[in-house]
Amino acid sequence: MKNTLKNAAAVVALSATAFGAQAGTLEDVKARGELNCVVTTGVAGFGAPDDSGKWAGFDVDFCRAVAAAVLGDGEKVNFVPTTGKTRFTVLNSGEGDILFRNTTETMSRDADLKMTFLPVNYYDGQGFMIPSALGVTSAKDLDGASICIQTGTTTELNLADYFRTNGISYEPVPVETNAEAQTNYLGGRCDVFTTDASGLASTRASFEKPGEHIILPEIISKEPLGGAVRHGDDQWADIGKWVVNAIIAAEELGVTQDNIEEMGKAAGDNPSVNRLLGTEGDFGSMIGLDAKWAYRAIAAGGNYGEIFDRNIGPDTAIGLERGLNAQWKDGGILYAAPIR
Amino acid sequence: MNNATNESPPKYELGAHPDLPPPFATSGPIKWIRENLLSSPTNIVLTVLAVFFLYKIIPGLASWVFLDATFDAASRNECRELGSGACWGFIKHRWELFTYGFYPVDQRWRVILAFLLFVFVVVVLLWENCPFRKTLRWFAIGFPFVAFWLIVGGLGLESVPTDKFGGFMLTLIIGITGIALSLPLGILLALGRQSNLPIIKYACIGFIEFIRGVPLITLLFVASTMLSYFLPPRVEFDLLLRVLIMVTLFASAYMAEVIRGGLQAVPKGQTEAADAMGLKYWQSMRLIVLPQALKISIPGIVNTFIGLYKDSTLVIVIGMFDPLGIAQATLADTSWQGPSTEVYLFVAVFFFISCFLMAKYSLYLENKLHTGHKR
Amino acid sequence: MSIGTAVDNKSSVPARRNFVSRLWNDKETRSVIIQIIALALMFAFFASLINNAVQNLDRSFSYEFLGQPANYDINQTLIEYDSRSSHLRAMYVGIINTLLVAFCGIVLATVLGFILGVLRLSKNWLTNKIAYVYIEYVRNVPLLLHILLLHGILVHSLPRPKNALNVADGAFLTNRGLFMPKPLPEPIMWAVIGLFIAGILFAFLFRRWAKKVQDETGKIYPVFWISVAAIVVVPVIAFFILGKPVAWDTPELKGFNFRGGMVVRPEFMALWFALSLYTAAFIGEIVRAGILAVSHGQTEASMALGISRGRTLNLVVIPQALRVIVPPLASQYLNITKNSSLALAIGYMDVTATIGGISLNQTGRAIECMLIVMGLYLLFSLLISTFMNWYNNRIKLVER
Repeated sequence: MKNTLKNAAAVVALSATAFGAQAGTLEDVKARGELNCVVTTGVAGFGAPDDSGKWAGFDVDFCRAVAAAVLGDGEKVNFVPTTGKTRFTVLNSGEGDILFRNTTETMSRDADLKMTFLPVNYYDGQGFMIPSALGVTSAKDLDGASICIQTGTTTELNLADYFRTNGISYEPVPVETNAEAQTNYLGGRCDVFTTDASGLASTRASFEKPGEHIILPEIISKEPLGGAVRHGDDQWADIGKWVVNAIIAAEELGVTQDNIEEMGKAAGDNPSVNRLLGTEGDFGSMIGLDAKWAYRAIAAGGNYGEIFDRNIGPDTAIGLERGLNAQWKDGGILYAAPIR
Repeated sequence: MNNATNESPPKYELGAHPDLPPPFATSGPIKWIRENLLSSPTNIVLTVLAVFFLYKIIPGLASWVFLDATFDAASRNECRELGSGACWGFIKHRWELFTYGFYPVDQRWRVILAFLLFVFVVVVLLWENCPFRKTLRWFAIGFPFVAFWLIVGGLGLESVPTDKFGGFMLTLIIGITGIALSLPLGILLALGRQSNLPIIKYACIGFIEFIRGVPLITLLFVASTMLSYFLPPRVEFDLLLRVLIMVTLFASAYMAEVIRGGLQAVPKGQTEAADAMGLKYWQSMRLIVLPQALKISIPGIVNTFIGLYKDSTLVIVIGMFDPLGIAQATLADTSWQGPSTEVYLFVAVFFFISCFLMAKYSLYLENKLHTGHKR
Repeated sequence: MSIGTAVDNKSSVPARRNFVSRLWNDKETRSVIIQIIALALMFAFFASLINNAVQNLDRSFSYEFLGQPANYDINQTLIEYDSRSSHLRAMYVGIINTLLVAFCGIVLATVLGFILGVLRLSKNWLTNKIAYVYIEYVRNVPLLLHILLLHGILVHSLPRPKNALNVADGAFLTNRGLFMPKPLPEPIMWAVIGLFIAGILFAFLFRRWAKKVQDETGKIYPVFWISVAAIVVVPVIAFFILGKPVAWDTPELKGFNFRGGMVVRPEFMALWFALSLYTAAFIGEIVRAGILAVSHGQTEASMALGISRGRTLNLVVIPQALRVIVPPLASQYLNITKNSSLALAIGYMDVTATIGGISLNQTGRAIECMLIVMGLYLLFSLLISTFMNWYNNRIKLVER
């Protein structure tokens, strides 16, 4: 308590000199020795605590990569679980440093809520899940259905728009968390559960009998999911941005968790790889880090493909295909900006 | 009748005779039943209705809760195969989560130790005939610091971040801290409200009425998301600490009103007598007024405690894992998906036991302290 | 004084201290000093809060968003609302939903509470103990738990629409809610409604008049039965004479759900029942204490005067018990209203869930929305306590 007061006094003095400026997240994180990463309260595959309380998932791995780049250790992350409702306030109020929480990039969130979005790490779209026993094959047949939605998300707005433009009616059943949505859906309170298609797959995977539920073919929205930071600290935004780019580029360049040590020892034939792993040039200092920043980020959890396959790929319970999220060379739209 | 006509009336010797037993219907269980169940027509109707009600409820409930229930199963599916009643299997598999939340497994002895110390302190404080009570009371003063050190860590112990706290442990932390802090704060507020200084008085009134006018849920929401807006940039406050502050402030406003009732019940002559003896304001409050006022307000104080304790469940709204939060997480688990009744009932039993004990102790205290003005 | 006479350096220090300590020892000055310090502290506190908020927000504080389309749908509304309506409209929906559940909760809790209180006093051991067990269970378990438990039971144990329970003609009970026929009054139905309102007015005036007559002459009219006749019997007769001028829109199972009619959602039911059952336990204890507070001598005296049991209860016991009951009852009513905010947990769209929930989140205007929500609850509290104070003053013992 006393310490907090002392800190408060110091910070008041500090902020009086640097009025209004919000720079310095990097220094804060380094001083704290820990990255506060805003995540979900639990979506299997994307971010959820396991039985022992250790966080794991697709988004969680990005948190760890940023922590590794900045602090040198992917374990130095303090996860701040948030609901759809609280995530932006937590980030905006400075309680979190960076957000990786299936968050859709939109103009109002960017401009009005003062978020700076990092490159998209998962291209998603909103879909519908429904028990196959009901025999529905298209979202257009959902007239009059009760639909469970998570409040405080873009899905809520998309849903209203979609049903309005198609002139069909529905009963919204708002729920706070994914867990409640499951309980309500399985209990028959609603016929349909809607959220991002990836979320649906992850939810279905956690069901006792996943085979009894189908995901309808309609994808009713574009949901580019990505990380975000507060407005006003460009250096910190750059760190987030380039860590994500580096992880995507690593897959394109064939850098994996297994061969990174080998490739990072000395400059090789491929200048792109050399720049990425810091064996050539000094790109790290441009964003306030050392030359090995990307090396550590990739070493922490692997490249994009490895993170994807480990958490949500076809071999996991979630079983998502790469689809749009394949590299641009493989027919997807993942296209990392070059590091040069 | 027959006997009386056939036999000659019995002859009684002079002197003492053994007492005859009282008439059959005026003693024992029959008397009790007649008086308590069948004393009037309305009473008979009520009894019949009540028996019918119990007959409808009890057998079904008992077989669901105990007889047909499954206590040892690894998932709800297994439960369904083993019995048609309630499925209590989750308790065996998840009681640790329900108790400690995500507290690191190898550090849990610290929580247990803190809890045992707490029980010890409670015994010392509440049991008047405890041996060495006077010396041990000093220990009670040190307890909060020891408990804080044990649970949060630091100074040689591995520190555990507060977002790992959860389950019954979290409820107890919020409940006990809130109870311990809201009483003194409530007393100050109540005194402030009675004060002769208008600014202090109206500040206290404004605070009390504001807090009492809004739901705790909105205050918690402010604590969890908006408080940081009102703090200097980059000052960080632990979420649990913020929740504790809000819960304490909330309870202290209610406490202040309860104590105000007690203060008003102390006759004015008492203060005047204290003034006449030359006691200063704080002396007269501490020695004369407050002891009487607090004694009168014990039932209200304990009710506020119980309310605070129960209100700690609201923290799930801001994403903390209290027992209800763990219950919801359990329901989201593949193994335990399905009806929520058992899981919630399990949590309800925990709250019932602890609140019921508090209420009973308050009754006992009330009876012990009341100095014989009761009619 | 001493400060004026102090000339040399040596005596000035003790003199000043003397002055300060004298100021401090003077009761009046001391209280002024304390208050000035308190005021300054409070002012500094609030100024720093606002200053921080201004620094942290880096955007304007504005309520313009209230006029923009809300873009989300609400499943139970009493007024016209769709996703194109404004946030302000969504707020109105929330306010009405809050007031609805609070009002229904207050009515049901009061009725149940009085029954429980009387049962607790009954000489019958069994009913007494049943009421005791009920009260102890309900009071010692958090309300939120009751709400979630009831909601879970409703959703999981009621049938799905396909196997709906046909509880009455045209009324269906499912886990999506209770679907009931909706009356569609024909124009002439308004005459019946008019009669009903006129009946209430008449009963009210008649009661006053009857009381006056009784005060003056001692003549007693059967006020209750005449009121019932005016309020219920006359409109019902008119209803049938006019040929039942009301059509019914009955719900029908079409596709996923029942269409048409009125619906009471399980979220509303769970919240309503949980609030009522929970608060009833507290009201039961209040009623018991209130009745026990009326000294037995009062009943005995009334009996001795030859007043019947019913009238004793009505004229002697209840008016006195009410004086003890009403103040705590008022705070229970306040509690119901505030506790209705727990609707959030099960998705009933009250004021916390609309403007303080979805609108807040979709617009990101946290401070603005929370200010509205808190202001509204303060207003509700103020209204209820004003009303209950008025009622309390009315029934208060008129002292000499």
